[in-house]
Amino acid sequence: MRDVAVISFSQLLVDKAEANDAELVMPVVREALGRAGLQKQDIGFTCSGSSDFLTGMPFSFVGALDAVGPWPPIEESHVEMDGAWALYEAWVRLQHGDIDTALVYAFGRSTLGPIEDILALQLDPYYEAPMWPDATSLAALQARALLDSGRLSDSDKKKATAEPPKIVDGAAAVVLASGDRARKLCSRPAFISGIDHRIESHLLGVRDLSHSVSTEIAAKHAGCFEKSPTFAELHAPYSAQELILCDALKLDKQVTINPSGGAQNNNAVMVAGLIRIGEAATRVSNREADCALAHASSGPCLQQNLICMLEARA
Amino acid sequence: MSDVLTAPYVLEYTYKRSTGPIIGRFFSALRDRRIEGVRCKSGRVLVPPQECDPETGESLSEFVSVGPAGVVTTWAWEADPRPKHPLQTPFAWALIKLDGADTALLSVVDVPTESTMKSGLRVRPRWRAERIGEMRDIECFEVAT
Repeated sequence: MRDVAVISFSQLLVDKAEANDAELVMPVVREALGRAGLQKQDIGFTCSGSSDFLTGMPFSFVGALDAVGPWPPIEESHVEMDGAWALYEAWVRLQHGDIDTALVYAFGRSTLGPIEDILALQLDPYYEAPMWPDATSLAALQARALLDSGRLSDSDKKKATAEPPKIVDGAAAVVLASGDRARKLCSRPAFISGIDHRIESHLLGVRDLSHSVSTEIAAKHAGCFEKSPTFAELHAPYSAQELILCDALKLDKQVTINPSGGAQNNNAVMVAGLIRIGEAATRVSNREADCALAHASSGPCLQQNLICMLEARA
Repeated sequence: MSDVLTAPYVLEYTYKRSTGPIIGRFFSALRDRRIEGVRCKSGRVLVPPQECDPETGESLSEFVSVGPAGVVTTWAWEADPRPKHPLQTPFAWALIKLDGADTALLSVVDVPTESTMKSGLRVRPRWRAERIGEMRDIECFEVAT
């Protein structure tokens, strides 16, 4: 595998954005490129993550491209997912070997519409969506399954809840660079030592909601169990999910969980996962850690999970 | 100055999709107040049925009758139903494993108070009077007596 590192990160979280998507993305792209000492023409590949369902407009992500200035034409892609998966695509693109830099960004105006109804649309369209279950009720089903499992200590039982997260608007941008280019552009790049994502059934009743099997498999393939991260940034909008993730990742009490405050306090839908990677990378780059773990999730009740291991290298 | 021009904008998908041989058959059975699952090679019975085994990917076609009663495997109280929810009085969301099934179905349970709910509670479907072959032909579940 080719060495790829996070060399800069920028985020913007607001209670309710007055800006449109492009205006929300522009400052984070400018700041992330500025910190890396790059201009848009220096970027080999651009990839974004967002959801058209938040704005209720097909292809709304195309408008956000104005934030990077796609003329003359740039090489660009988009995922209808959290920006963490856009970062995964950019990491794969950098493995091709013909380019050295990539820009990843994510944005979400999560407060535009009724988020609990909007998230119901990601469920199975025949069996689940017709009942419009809201994300918080589904997270509560998961919390109950965890409580019923009998695996929790008394202190953890208090944390196994599904209080709704604070929904905010936001955007984030990350610049990736490969090997020597990363070292030239950044005094201490956060190298991606492993990255993997796995998915479980879209039907909730097929899964054991108290376990995150996909997190465990992704962690194994990302080399998580051979590393000793100082910090773990977990994309868990509900506190019961944090317990399930810590269990799947076998994180002991030495690991500081969500020093940034996590997604429970600031859940910018489609952005919160990329922010976890940016936060973890920042702690490596600023010498708070030699190794940090970042996790992102997608779908109801931790359906799909991505693990990204970041580390400093000599 | 004239008034600002306005035009309606309706976001919609102007096509219908066939439900296919598995989901379609499940919905047809609901219309007749029956619940059917599909058996995997491993013997596991999936309810609601799926076209492929979620573990092996093999195509599935062997139908089996299940339920109609079953047990709650996990639940969550909805004190303040949203306008789109199936019931407009407080109810419980629940995953329900029907008799003869190995997976659980997402539905709602109509009980007067949260204290009635527990994992392991036995419930049975309440059918909608006019059924059209869709998930909400099961109006809700209620406590089985």
